[in-house]
Amino acid sequence: MRELRMRLAQNYGPLVAFGLFVLIFAVYIGNHPAGLTVAVATTAANKGVLLALVGMAQTLPVLTGGLDLSVGMIFVMCNCIASAMVNGSPLQTATGVAAVLLAGLACGLLNGAIIVYGRLQPIITTLATGAIYYGIALAIRPVPGGEVNEALSDALTNQVFDTVPTTLVLLAAVVIVIWLPFRASALGRGCYAAGSSEPAAYMSGVDINRSKLAAYALCGLLAAVAGLLLTFVTDSGEASAPGGSVYTLNSIAAVVIGGTSLLGGVGGVIGAIFGAFVLRTIGDLLFVFDLPPLWQPLIQGAILLAALSLGAARVLRIRNRLELFG
Amino acid sequence: MPAPDPAQPFWQMEGISKRYGGVTALDNVDFTCRRGRIHAVLGENGAGKSTLIKIMAGVVQPDSGTMRLEGRSVTFAAPVDAMRQGVVSIFQELSLIPDLSVADNLSIVDPPRRFGFIDRAAQRRRAEDLLARVGCDDVHPLELVRNLPLSRRQMVEIAGALGRSPKMLILDEATSALTVADVEKIYEILRRLRGEGLAIVYISHRMHEIAALADDCSVFRNGQHIETFAKGAKTDNEIVELMIGREYRHVFPPKPARNASPEPMLEVEKLSWGDRLTDISLKVDRGEVVGIGGLDGQGQRELLLALFGVLSGVSGTVKVAGQAARLTSPRHAKSPGVGMALIPEDRKTEGLMLPMSVRDNISLAAVEKFTHGLLIDRSAERRAVEDMVQRLAIRAGSADAAVGTLSGGNQQKVVIAKWLMTEARLILLNDPTRGIDVGTKQEIYQLLRRLADAGNAILLYTTDYDELIGCCDRVVMLYDGRIVRELSGNALTERNIVTSALNLPFDAAAEARP
Repeated sequence: MRELRMRLAQNYGPLVAFGLFVLIFAVYIGNHPAGLTVAVATTAANKGVLLALVGMAQTLPVLTGGLDLSVGMIFVMCNCIASAMVNGSPLQTATGVAAVLLAGLACGLLNGAIIVYGRLQPIITTLATGAIYYGIALAIRPVPGGEVNEALSDALTNQVFDTVPTTLVLLAAVVIVIWLPFRASALGRGCYAAGSSEPAAYMSGVDINRSKLAAYALCGLLAAVAGLLLTFVTDSGEASAPGGSVYTLNSIAAVVIGGTSLLGGVGGVIGAIFGAFVLRTIGDLLFVFDLPPLWQPLIQGAILLAALSLGAARVLRIRNRLELFG
Repeated sequence: MPAPDPAQPFWQMEGISKRYGGVTALDNVDFTCRRGRIHAVLGENGAGKSTLIKIMAGVVQPDSGTMRLEGRSVTFAAPVDAMRQGVVSIFQELSLIPDLSVADNLSIVDPPRRFGFIDRAAQRRRAEDLLARVGCDDVHPLELVRNLPLSRRQMVEIAGALGRSPKMLILDEATSALTVADVEKIYEILRRLRGEGLAIVYISHRMHEIAALADDCSVFRNGQHIETFAKGAKTDNEIVELMIGREYRHVFPPKPARNASPEPMLEVEKLSWGDRLTDISLKVDRGEVVGIGGLDGQGQRELLLALFGVLSGVSGTVKVAGQAARLTSPRHAKSPGVGMALIPEDRKTEGLMLPMSVRDNISLAAVEKFTHGLLIDRSAERRAVEDMVQRLAIRAGSADAAVGTLSGGNQQKVVIAKWLMTEARLILLNDPTRGIDVGTKQEIYQLLRRLADAGNAILLYTTDYDELIGCCDRVVMLYDGRIVRELSGNALTERNIVTSALNLPFDAAAEARP
C-alpha cells in the first residue's frame, strides 16, 4: 500500500499528463463527426508521434539540467537528408536510414562534447549549433522537394493489422529499444544524478561527463528518428526554419507538461510523450468545435502555465527563501 | 591480500601542505592511521581539519607531500579515486542525490547488473540489507531521498558508505543531525567495524562522543598537527589547552567603557526556527559590538538570516529600537523603519553583482535615495559613491570598474559600503573577514568600532576567535542552535570561548572572574 502510494507520487507528472490527454482526446473523439475510426486515430497518431519523438529527445538533456535548442533543427536537417537518401533499392534505402540516424547522433554528440568538454552553457551552445544544422539542411535542400521510398512510407503511415497506427508501434519500439535500457543503465542513472545535484553526484564518484554526453547524443538520435518519420509522412524534405523552431519550443512544452523539471533530475520520456499528445490534440479539439485555429497558441499557453503551476507547488514549502534561487 | 600488520600504519601522510591563495590551510602535516582504531581529529575552526579530510577523500589535492596506503604511494585526483582504494568519506554536506530513491543512491557507483542493466530487484535487496545494517528499517528503499528528514538522510549516507566496502572510513561531523537513538546505533556500528579491522577517522565537536569512541586523538591548530595521544592520556582541559594558544596577529581598536544607561537597538525573545534555532534570546545596545561565536554550523548563519527576513516559519519576537519588527524579507528589514543591514557570508554570490561596476554595486541597496520620480539621479549617486569610496578607502581603478576585478579585501569593502549607503543602524555581519588580507581586516575592525561609536549596533558572526575577543564587547556562544553561554569583559578569553564552543562545563579554577 505504502509502496503503491510512493510509486504514484513519484510518477505524478506523467500520470497527470496521461489523464489530461485521455480527457482531451475523449472530448475530441466524442465531438468528432466520424467518432473513433482507424483513419481518425492514424491521422492523430502520425501528428502526435512526431512531436512525441522530439519531446522524448528534449527530455534527455533536460534531465541532466540542460536544454537542447537545436533539437528542432536536427529534426529538420534529418528530414532533408532523408528526402535525398532514403530511396531506391532496399539496400540503398537501408543505407539512407542508417546515414540519417548517424547524422542525428553526430549532431547530438557534437552538442554534448561542446557542453561537457568545452564547458559552454547548453542554451547558447545549442542555439549556435542549431543554426549550423539548419545551414546544412538548407545546403542539402535549398527548395522543398525530394522523395522517399514509397513502400516504406506507406507501411509506416498506415496501420498494423489494419487497426493500430504503425507510428504508435514505432513509438513503442523506440521506448522499448532506446529509453527503457537507457533508464536502466548506469549512464541513465548518471543523468538523473547530474541533474538533481551535480556536486553530490561528483562526490559520489558518478561519471557525470559520460552521462551528459550520452544524453545529448541520444537526443540527436531521437530527433533523427523524428526527422525520418516526418519524411515518410510528407514524402518530401523541407528546410523550414519556422518548422524547426516550433518543434524546439513545443518539445520543451511537452517535456514540462509531462512533469519533467526544467531544473533537472526529475521526470522521464513517458511524460513527454503524453505532453506532446496533449499539445497536438488541443489543435484538433479547436477544429471539431469549429473555433478559429488562431486560438490554438492561446490555449496551448494556458495549458502550459497550468502544468507549470502543478510543478511549482514545492515552492510553497520552502523555508529558507534563498533556496528559491538555488 | 596479506593479513594487516598492526605495526604497519594503514594510512600515512607526510609533509602535506595546502594553501588557498595566501592562506595556509595545512602546513607540513604528518598524519597516520592504523587498522582497528578509531582516530579522532580535534581542532578549532580553521585549524585544518576539513582540509585534511578533503585531501584524504580526494576532494582537494595537496600542494606538496606524500600519501601512502598500506605502504603504497597514492594520489587521488577525484573522490572516485579514493573510493576505489577503499577510502570512503561521509561529509557534513550530504552527498546524496535528492531526486533518486534510497535504493538508487545506495548503489549509485556500482549498481548490481544483469545483462549489463541495473538489476532493480537486486538493488532493492542490497538497499534493504544495508539499511538493516544501520538499523534503519523504517526507511523504505523506494522513497526519494528528498522526502526523508535530515536525520534519516544521514543514516542513508552512512549505509551507503558501508556499502562501498571501505577499508578506511572518514566521518566528518556525521552525527550532527542524528537523534540520540541513531547516535547509539552508529557507535555500535563503528565499534563493530573497528573490530573488523577498519581504520576510522572521526571528526566531531562533541567531546563526549570522542570519549565514548576514540582510541587515538590528534589535535590540529593553525594548519599544523600539534600532537597525537591515546584517549584518556589527557583531560578535557588539557585538550582545550592544546587547541588554543594561537598567536595574536591582529591589532584591534580599544573598546570603550560600557555605557551605564544602554539603549537597546535589537531585542530578540525566544526566537526559534525548525530544529536549527531554539529559544534564542539576545540584546544588542546602541554603541555595542556583540559577537556570535561557536564552531561552524551551530546555527549562527541561520540566526542572521532569520533576523534579516530570509527564513520563513520563524517564531519568537524581534524588536528593533523598541518597535516590534515583523521581518518577512530583506527588503523589509532594510526599510528605514527597521534599518537593518546584513553583510552576507559569500560576497561573490550573495553580496555582489560581480560584472556590475563598483558604483552600481555600492548604490544598489540604497538606489531609492537617488531616485526622483522614475529616474536615478546619476550625479547625486556619483557623489555619494565617491564619498563612500573615500570613507572606506576602497582601492579601485575607477568607480566604473567591474567589482569582479577588485581584490577580495576591496570587494568586501564594497559590500560594506553598499550597506552603509542605506544608513542602517543595526548591522549584521556574517564572517566578514574570511579570505581577505590582514591590512583590510584591520580597516574593517576600525570601521566596526567607529560605526558602533556613532550609535549603531553591530552583531558580528565570525569564525575567528581573535576577532570575537578583540572586536566584541560581548559574545554569545551558540551550540546546536542554542545560546549556551554569554561572555564579556575579562571572561572573554580564548580558553572560555573554546570551552563554550565545545559545550563543556567551565572548570572552576579556569573560569576568569571579572
